Amino acid sequence: MDFELSPQQAEFRDLIREFARRSIAPVAREWELSGRYPAEIVDEMKKMGLFGVLVPDEYGGSAVDAVSYAIVFEEISKAWMGIAGILGSHSLATWMLARYGTPGQRRRWLPGLATGEHRSGIALTEPGAGSDLQGISTVARRDGADYIVNGAKTWITNARHADLLPVLVKTDARAEPRHRGMSLLMIEAGTLGFSVGKDLDKLGYKGTESAEVFFTDCRVPVENLLGGEEGRGLQQALSALEFGRVNIAGRAVGVAQACLDRALDYARQRQAFGRPIADFQAIQLKLADMATEVQAARLLTWWAAAALDAGKRADLETGMAKLYASEICIKASLEAMRIHGGYGYSTEYDVERFYRDAPLMAIGEGTNDILRTVIARRLYRAHDEES
Amino acid sequence: MKIVVTVKQVPDPNSTQALESDNTLARDKEVVLDPGDECGIEEGLQLKEAHGGEVVLVSMGPERARDAIRKGLSMGADRGILITDEKLAGADALLTGRALAAAIKAESPDLVICATESYDGSTGMVPPILAELLGLPQLTFAKKVEVNGTNLKVNRQTADGYMVVEAAMPALITVTAAIAEPRYASLKGIMAARSKEVKQVSLQDLGVDGGGPAETIESVASAETRKAGSIIEDDGNAVDQIVKVLADAKVI
Repeated sequence: MDFELSPQQAEFRDLIREFARRSIAPVAREWELSGRYPAEIVDEMKKMGLFGVLVPDEYGGSAVDAVSYAIVFEEISKAWMGIAGILGSHSLATWMLARYGTPGQRRRWLPGLATGEHRSGIALTEPGAGSDLQGISTVARRDGADYIVNGAKTWITNARHADLLPVLVKTDARAEPRHRGMSLLMIEAGTLGFSVGKDLDKLGYKGTESAEVFFTDCRVPVENLLGGEEGRGLQQALSALEFGRVNIAGRAVGVAQACLDRALDYARQRQAFGRPIADFQAIQLKLADMATEVQAARLLTWWAAAALDAGKRADLETGMAKLYASEICIKASLEAMRIHGGYGYSTEYDVERFYRDAPLMAIGEGTNDILRTVIARRLYRAHDEES
Repeated sequence: MKIVVTVKQVPDPNSTQALESDNTLARDKEVVLDPGDECGIEEGLQLKEAHGGEVVLVSMGPERARDAIRKGLSMGADRGILITDEKLAGADALLTGRALAAAIKAESPDLVICATESYDGSTGMVPPILAELLGLPQLTFAKKVEVNGTNLKVNRQTADGYMVVEAAMPALITVTAAIAEPRYASLKGIMAARSKEVKQVSLQDLGVDGGGPAETIESVASAETRKAGSIIEDDGNAVDQIVKVLADAKVI
């Protein structure tokens, strides 16, 4: 058992840590509060190759291992979680294209997405369907060499900046089981009948837009069907979400670590009753629990990522990591706020932003309760096999 | 054009510093590539991108200084040379200069780029020593560099502006932090750096005598702590008092 990062993983960590410290942290509070889009940060991330983090080398990416992938999201989120959102679903779209795309689709889209010249996201959730993806109502009806798409998607990260979106649709609404009638269509911005609504206002997770997208008799060529075969869409999307859970877990570890770091700094420096509050056991108990939980979440995340790297089915591992990391992140953000007292509630300190950002990770990429049911199903299956 | 950039691994400026018993800096702490050298590497890379050629990093230090070279390679430099020798422990500026000069001479570069001074030692003596030993013109405190054929033109930072200084290459320049904002490495750059050459050489390989440092540090004194400023309460003639303070200080 070896918990050390490889030299290359450590270099990735150092690079992203320096980038977050130099280019994200100094502007995070002001830009987040004012709702300014972090265009300059996006430009730096393009130059660093972060948009190609899961794109194979032959298409211009760096296809890093899943542990490195988790570390990228942790380090960025220590400074500003919203920035991680710009890379998150984009990287999942590239992973799906690399894994399931036809050779022609990979050549056509991956090089532009690897450099960040073209941007993407993933369009799964609908106003009436989130956890129950099989209940979506966006339909794609075949018409000659095209599909005609009608429906709406919501909470689509990067929607306004996306040049290309994989969109989960029903190509056969009568299929049984229902997922056999579901497919992913790669829909390009500018396609007639495709429009992006206004940005959704939200508690946290700012810096990257979340928006509704609409499809009205939107004509999409058949060659944009991911993988060239109907009925694979749900399985393609769900397998990408295993990487998605690792990136969400990484973000949660990052925000939780930032909460701990700020709480530790503050507790050592803030005086009450003639001494630093760090001298009081009530504070020590909180800090010790936070530190233990952050490290447990990090190790769980690396373990889940390592399972992905081993090419295993990892819904149990990634589900556990995402569930635990996001829950302790919410807790850490509240504890950091309690330790900061009134200052923690003020927008002059980062802790209030961490507190607003933390719940996203418990909701996005499969709610924690849905993941609990996934974990339980795997437990039952293992139990059946034993008895 | 062939460009050599000298680089040094230094204690992390973000960590607290300690001294060894011989008053040299403790180097068992977190170490990083000298931030000033990152500016030199960036300038080297920009010149290479504009004029073609090669950027070679040369460093003197213990085995782990390889990490500092590797960071420069992941930014885009082509290869590195690490001078490592037990006889170099505690080396002063002259011995450092002799070792670096021998390694650089073997490369016959068109341009040598150094930071103005290192973050830790801050003597600023190594670049002039190198220029002398290599027989190169030295153009110091460069905040802007232009290359035109074999002609080199730099804007040399001064206290109240800059001078324009020219020389024929080969030459040595020292650069200030204003020269260029260092780029971040890229993920691919980090991966590629692992297969780039870092040649390790000893003093014997370079034909340099160890000799031992000519300089020892006799004593160390802490910098004077800054005194708190005086506060003038406004009792109706604060302006006059402030004017007097400024006049006494010969500011106005």
